[in-house]
Amino acid sequence: MLLVRHIPCLLLKDNGLVKTVNFKNPKYIGDPINTVRIFNEKEVDELLFLDIEATPKNREPNYKLLAEIANECFMPLAYGGGIKTFEQAQRIYNIGIEKVAINSALHSNLNLITQIADVYGAQAVIGVIDVKKNFFGKSQVVSNSANNKHKYTIEEWVKKLEEAGVGEILITSVDNEGTWNGLDIELIKKVTSISKVPVIAHGGAGNIEHLIAGIKQGGANAIAIGSMVVYQKKDFGVLINFPDKKLLA
Amino acid sequence: MITIINYGLGNLGSVQNMLKRINVPSKITSDIKEIEAAEKILLPGVGAFDSAIQKIDELNLRTVLVHKAKVDKIPFLGICLGMQLLTRGSEEGLLNGLDLVPAKTIKFKFEETSDLKIPHMGWNFVKVNTPSKLTEGFTPEHRFYFVHSYKVVCDNNNNSILRTEYGGDFDSAIQNENVYGTQFHPEKSHKYGMQLLTNFSKL
Repeated sequence: MLLVRHIPCLLLKDNGLVKTVNFKNPKYIGDPINTVRIFNEKEVDELLFLDIEATPKNREPNYKLLAEIANECFMPLAYGGGIKTFEQAQRIYNIGIEKVAINSALHSNLNLITQIADVYGAQAVIGVIDVKKNFFGKSQVVSNSANNKHKYTIEEWVKKLEEAGVGEILITSVDNEGTWNGLDIELIKKVTSISKVPVIAHGGAGNIEHLIAGIKQGGANAIAIGSMVVYQKKDFGVLINFPDKKLLA
Repeated sequence: MITIINYGLGNLGSVQNMLKRINVPSKITSDIKEIEAAEKILLPGVGAFDSAIQKIDELNLRTVLVHKAKVDKIPFLGICLGMQLLTRGSEEGLLNGLDLVPAKTIKFKFEETSDLKIPHMGWNFVKVNTPSKLTEGFTPEHRFYFVHSYKVVCDNNNNSILRTEYGGDFDSAIQNENVYGTQFHPEKSHKYGMQLLTNFSKL
């Protein structure tokens, strides 16, 4: 029986880990390498690192830091942030990271997915969809740390990513991210009901029930968890932790 | 010393990192002379079957790999696509595999109504089918990280050493004498993977 994956989603800024709320106000959490060592001990399913500065600052991924992270990781590892070219993705894979997560670059070059997947396989490419409600409450596909808005509907964009050849989709609710209020189940359902590839749901999980709802009601294949794994609890201090696997089953 | 074959595909860094962690010396090479001198071979692989075989053939590695496996009979481990390359061929491609284990590689197929997605991606359990030194000490708790769209089918049940359930059981680890393959990624499977690689290093 294939187990559901719970994936700590860790945000990089400068050389440190941070946590945001609604993609804003990054708060310093700690050192990424120490954090990886703790997650090794906890035997977490997979790790996802997102560099939240790379695209807005238009800079390259921090290969040196990523190599240090990869050297410590004895679990599957994904990286997203600032990847615009095949060569950049190739450098990430060569470091020992097996998946790249891409959002912003796809809005001008969907073919990037095909180019990478043809060589490294679809399983090596995560298509990232960030969704934010506008002033009128309408959900919009956004990118570049939610600074750019796009005209496609969520369904259209899911189909386009799949046609281009992604192996997985990461769907994030910008409005729920960092709030501890629960995942956006309707949004997740919208994606899982049409997606043929595994879906990772992200944004808002604050307790075990939220995680279970993402799987059972949302139909997600995996949940990416941010606040819950880096804070003791809401409005409390930093504590790298991972929910008891028995409670997640 | 484990010789990790570099033919341009596969996550070589991760394999070497885990071997370092369990204090097993290794080197990464595509040099025929170095492979001829190998005591143990590890063949990793991620990507498409034909592009892997093409690269192996371009580097003229087929003969030396088959010789080390069949004549010198050194311990030989294929991981993920590296395991599929040990079979005679794959539905994913047209080229001949290394044909070191009597088996073929086919695509996962599910009913339209099935919730099961392809690739089979994530952590799954393994059940011992035929006992092997590679899987010594395994328990029902042992879980491994998988990511693959094609699966290996052994001609003979006794070559299947581990089985895993995903829309029915499939062969998740195989063995033919000194030649072994795992569909999962031990280098990405925490202590369970360390145990398997330790077992391999002691063969």
